[in-house]
Order: sequence, then structure tokens, then C-alpha cells
Amino acid sequence: MKKYYRFFQLRFATGMQYRMASVTALTTQLIWGLMECLAYKAIAEASGGTMPMNYSSIVTYIWLKEALLALFNTWAADNELFSMITNGDIAYELCRPVSIYSMWFSRTIGARIAEALMRCIPVLLCAFLMPKPYRMTPPVNHVSFLLFLLTLFLALGITVTFCMIVYMLCFFTISPQGWRMVLTGAVDFLSGNIIPLPFFPKKYLFLLELSPFAYMQNVPFRIYSGDLVSGEIYHCIFKQIFWLVTMTFLGIVLWKQAEKRVILQGG
Amino acid sequence: MKIKETIKLYVKYASVCTQSVMQYKLSFLLMIIGRFIMAFSELIAIQFLFSGFSQIKDYTYGDVLLCFSIIQMSFTFAELFGNGFKAFSGTVKKGEFDRMMLRPCSLLLQVMGTRFEIGRTGPLLTALITLALGIRHSQITWSILTVWTLAAMIIGGTFLFIGLFMLGASFCFFSIEDTSLINVLTYGAKTHGKYPIDIYGKGILRFCTYVIPYTLIQYYPLQFLLGKTRSWYLAFCPLGMIVFLLVCYFIWQFGVKHYQSCGS
Repeated sequence: MKKYYRFFQLRFATGMQYRMASVTALTTQLIWGLMECLAYKAIAEASGGTMPMNYSSIVTYIWLKEALLALFNTWAADNELFSMITNGDIAYELCRPVSIYSMWFSRTIGARIAEALMRCIPVLLCAFLMPKPYRMTPPVNHVSFLLFLLTLFLALGITVTFCMIVYMLCFFTISPQGWRMVLTGAVDFLSGNIIPLPFFPKKYLFLLELSPFAYMQNVPFRIYSGDLVSGEIYHCIFKQIFWLVTMTFLGIVLWKQAEKRVILQGG
Repeated sequence: MKIKETIKLYVKYASVCTQSVMQYKLSFLLMIIGRFIMAFSELIAIQFLFSGFSQIKDYTYGDVLLCFSIIQMSFTFAELFGNGFKAFSGTVKKGEFDRMMLRPCSLLLQVMGTRFEIGRTGPLLTALITLALGIRHSQITWSILTVWTLAAMIIGGTFLFIGLFMLGASFCFFSIEDTSLINVLTYGAKTHGKYPIDIYGKGILRFCTYVIPYTLIQYYPLQFLLGKTRSWYLAFCPLGMIVFLLVCYFIWQFGVKHYQSCGS
């Protein structure tokens, strides 16, 4: 028993090394979320009850966004992979008897889930303890919570396959940072990270719903707060599966192309 | 004489940095476009939000655009000139700061000069578009004093953000841990400063006056700029930023004195 306790102690100590970092991250996210809640409160008062989402749904959306930031932010893609592509360490990866696509996919998804798990608990805890109008609400019912979890994983899958496409595109250029900035800047907006998608005008929303971006964080967060209702939910899940398959396929095709033309310079 | 030399050296630093970036033209272009898109999408977001209502706590669409453009512009200029402070923890960790201290030349100049990054100017285009839109949509009565107010808000804002970056850099002298808390004050102000501060309520307004004086470059001069008040002296609030910058500079100096090398 003692040795397990020691293991625990060791891991705990390692984790505590980063306590300052996690405290600052938590503070940042809380302030960020609260400021957004305040801004939307002013907007809600200004629009006088004609908002496309009700206020408590928006608050919940904001807190979920903050808590699960690590799952969906495309700008914090794995820097190691980018530097591997530019500095040539990709050679080691190519030597391994595994598919690069699957390896990078699982690595990215693993890192995201781990980080999100670590971060979401304190943020959610604080969000549930906020004073009344800014408090996060529990899910509307059990079914919607289960659907939330399901769509959350699908949305994560779509986000990661998108990141994979960005990684693969980096094989075709010597300057990955530029590409990355253009693509992630666009996705940040289109996936509803800056303003929730219901605030988009109808005609743009229609176009957006033809793209994969509307099926990232938009779907699970709105199911949780009860903003999406049953008929729409199943439609969204179907679309999510469609995009997950399509984008995975696209990523693999890009990888096959990239694999053919990888040239390693120097050593 | 010394000032002239310093400026000459700074220009030299900046041109060397720019030349090195220009070696990768496509990358540079994409960087600019990427940053432009990020800032531009926020502008579109404001427009989308404003399709549901016409006024937010007495501020019109044009007023919010003005606020947004002023903050974006200040932040962009501050990032352009003060990028060295932003990336300072890396400079300390790599031991580059030790090398700087050995050179017979101002530290401030070296820190600011070596990280001049022309690629940061992307949001400037968005800010200019927004400024034009904002001026067209809001009713400002133009006079020398209002022109001064607008210019002072932008320049004062630049000072404010440079000061904050400097403050963040000064923390690196005392702790080698990541001091990302300063990001709330910089990026947070950039993101949330697009609305006049009083829409967030009294508490935030107080914090932004007495703790970090954001209101001196945003809320108070804005009241005068938009003609909501006749108190002309509010136009000179941004001058307070000189004091703020000096305070930040003294903290930085204090930090430099207590610096212990950690590089190898």
C-alpha cells in the first residue's frame, strides 16, 4: 500500500509544480467569462427581450466555452508537431511502424481531453457558485445531458480532424505559422467562439450550416442549455457524423499526398 | 546628441528585424492576413450583435466602433513597439538579457529594438476601417479639441499597453514562472475594451479607474468626444498615461536592479 501512496505523492508533487500556472489560468478564465456575461447583460437590456438566445442560455454557453476551452480552441494546436515539420524531426516519426495520421490524431485528442479535464472542474465549480444572473444552470434534463456528452465528443472529433488538416497543409509550405493563423482566425469566428452562432443573421447562418464549423462547439453547448430542441438535435448529430467522416477522409488524402513529397533536408 | 544616436540605433534594429522577416514573404503576408482576419471578425461580430438593437446604454453602433478602433489601434502600436517586453520571459530564460546588460547601450532600447515585429501590423487595417466607419456613424462635432482627444486616446492607449507589457516583463525578474496573469490586463482589455467601460457596471468602472487607469484613455475622454458632457478638461485625461508609464518604468528599473541571472 505504501508504494502506491508514494506514487500518488510523486504525481501530486509534479502536478503541484504547476499550481501557480493553473491558478493564473483559472483567474484569467473566470474574469474573461464574467466580463462576457456582463457585456451580454448590457446587450440583453438593450435589445429588450428580442435576443436570439435567452440570457441564461448565453451565460451557460459562456461558462461551458471557458471550461472546455482546451477541447475546442484551434489556435492552441500542438506546437511540437509544427516544429517537427519545420525542423526535420518528422524523420523519426516516419521511421515508426505506425500511421502518422492515427498517431497524431490520438496524440492531439489525448492532450486536449487531459487538459480539459484538469481545467474544467475548477471553472465549472466557480461557474455554479456565481451570483444569480451569472450562474451556470444545470442541464435541462438527463436526456439532454447525455446528448450533450455525445455531441461533445463528435464536436471534439471534428475539431481535431480540422487541426489534422492544418497540420497536413503545413507539409506543403515552409511557413506553417502563417497558414495556421489564417485558418484558426477564421474558425474561431465561424465556430461561434466570438459570438454564439444564433446571433448571426439568418442568411449567413444558412451558409454556415453547410460547413463543418457550425457543428463544432456550437452544437453541444446549445443542447446543454436547452437552446436546441429535439428535431434539430438529431439533424445536427447526423451532420456531425457526416463531417467527422468527410474531414477524416480529407485529412488522410492530404497525408497520402504529403507523404509522397516529404523531402528531408540535412540531418 | 544621445537621443539622436538612440533613435538611429532603434531604426537600425527595426530595419534588421524587418529584413529578416521579409526573407519569408509568403509567411509574412499570411501572418498579416491572419491577424487582420482575427481583428476583422470581431468587427463583424459587433455588427451582427447590433442588428438586434440600436443602442447599448446610450451608446450607438458608431460609438462602439470608435471605442473598438481606438483600443485595437493602441494595442497594435503597443505590440509593435513593445513586443520585446511581451516576449521578455523568453529573453530572460535564454540568458539573452545577460548579454544585453554587457553592452554599452540602453537596456530599454535593446529590449524594444530586438523584437520589433512588422507582422503585427495586421489589425491596423481593421482599426482604420473601423475608425472611418465609426466617425461616419457617430455625431462628433469636430474642433481642434476633439481631434486632440481622439489622437490622445490612441497615443495614451499605446502608452498604457506598453506600460502593462513592461509591468509583465518586470515580474520576470522576480519569478521565472509564467506570469500570464498580466494577459488578463492586456488581452482582456483589448477584447472587452471594445465597449465603453461603463456598460460593465459600476464595479468594473471603479477597477478600471483606480487600479489600472483604463478609463483615462477610454471612458472619460470618450464622454467628451461624443459630446455627452461639456467638461472640456476630460479631453486631457490621456495625459495621465505619462504618469502611468513612468510608474511602470520605475518598477522595471527596480526589477533590473534586483535581477539575478538564471540563464547559462
